[in-house]
Amino acid sequence: MHAVAAQIHVEHGTLGYVLVYLLAHRLVGVRVEGQTGGIDRLDTFLGKHVEQLLENHAHATRELGAFSGVLRMREGTLEIVDSGQHLSHDTLTGAADREWEGFVGATFPGLYAMIAKDYMHRYPLTRKQLAQVAVKNHFNGARNPIAQYQQEITIETVLKSTMVAEPLRLFDCSPITDGAAAVIVAPLERAREFTDTPIKVLATAQASDSISLHDRRDISTLDATVAAGQRAFRMAKLSHKDIDMVEVHDCFSIAEICAIEDLGFCKKGTAGKITADGDTELGGKIPVNTSGGLKACGHPVGATGIKQVYEIVQQLRNNAGRRQIDGAKIGMTHNVGGTGATAVVHILGRV
Amino acid sequence: MSVARFWRKIPQRYNLIGTKCEKCGRHFFPPRSFCPDCRRAGRIVDHKFAGTGEIVTFTVIHTANEQFEAYTPYVLAIVKLDEGPRMTAQIICEPKDAKIGMRVKSTFRRIATDGESGIIHYGTKFVPVE
Repeated sequence: MHAVAAQIHVEHGTLGYVLVYLLAHRLVGVRVEGQTGGIDRLDTFLGKHVEQLLENHAHATRELGAFSGVLRMREGTLEIVDSGQHLSHDTLTGAADREWEGFVGATFPGLYAMIAKDYMHRYPLTRKQLAQVAVKNHFNGARNPIAQYQQEITIETVLKSTMVAEPLRLFDCSPITDGAAAVIVAPLERAREFTDTPIKVLATAQASDSISLHDRRDISTLDATVAAGQRAFRMAKLSHKDIDMVEVHDCFSIAEICAIEDLGFCKKGTAGKITADGDTELGGKIPVNTSGGLKACGHPVGATGIKQVYEIVQQLRNNAGRRQIDGAKIGMTHNVGGTGATAVVHILGRV
Repeated sequence: MSVARFWRKIPQRYNLIGTKCEKCGRHFFPPRSFCPDCRRAGRIVDHKFAGTGEIVTFTVIHTANEQFEAYTPYVLAIVKLDEGPRMTAQIICEPKDAKIGMRVKSTFRRIATDGESGIIHYGTKFVPVE
């Protein structure tokens, strides 16, 4: 059993601090994720140090490759931030099937838009209910001091924003964010050497599916999410009612709708209604994306999964300030690669 | 896309040629050289698709990659071919006319150009069936 001993949110330019922290604490295992792409000239230097640390602590989680991600992020995200719409679209299309989706003119929002269209054709989801996902996530983001967008918005903001790919508008889409996150993973029995408030990893599960959306069994169900969610619940021996809050992958508003259904928090076709009813708000039956989610807290792509863990750890440590869920004991994270090619679910609990 | 990689795909892109398993009758596009159901008992042969099908879901792209910006707004859809496989493709029609369930047939068109002096990519788009 492992625990998240400490977690650090990396602001741009504070990488040096993080490395000093990681090295100074003689880590037994490190997982750092970042936006990939760019230069890795410091890899060799870092790899050597981490390897030495790992050799000293044989039962460490060996995630060396992840380390270079931080460096790449430092170079890579700058490029993306400066380059605007075209490169963002092009980079993200690489997360789908470049050969048979990107080649014919599919964009990443376009693929999720086709999920939304299919979903709205089959289930009673209204445009306003869909917009409410973004409104709720901005409300939460406004209560998160490290969120990229800390402004509340209204349904009108979403409905009047630029059309990106019908029916998705600009405010249905998460941004591409410059940011990073890190967690420190240690064996549970040693976690207290590093922190007074370790958080237990109760489950970690992953599942995959076809990379192209058109090859999926069902366009608006992410089978990878369904499988990873079920595995995580089985591993933790818990059920939905045990989860106090969940961070889901809301790269687009429709993605949050699909995620809460596919994880089993409500029946297929009802997520729009429970969102409009306030069940997923702070203080609702199952608060979703208390951080503001990808939509408002931000989407540093490669670092997003760890950023979600960061939020749940904050909640479980009662550190979440104005967005704190009272008495939070167990939380869940759900991250997606592509349009549903990969899903990763973690369940974390207070020790 | 490099020239070699592009040329290798010409049979599939220009003619909508995939494969089918003669044992179970399942069709594959893009082509597969192995049937995942029949495995070693399967027999894979080339299959030229009729090119007819219907729209499963679609969107109208308003902001696109640079290569496709000149075409916006354009209709992008998942089309289910009558033989079974689904594929992503553009539909040549007015955005307001696109409907889920609409019958379409394939047509050979220019897809995009790699800049002013780059390769011109051709492939399959679909048009509504009258």
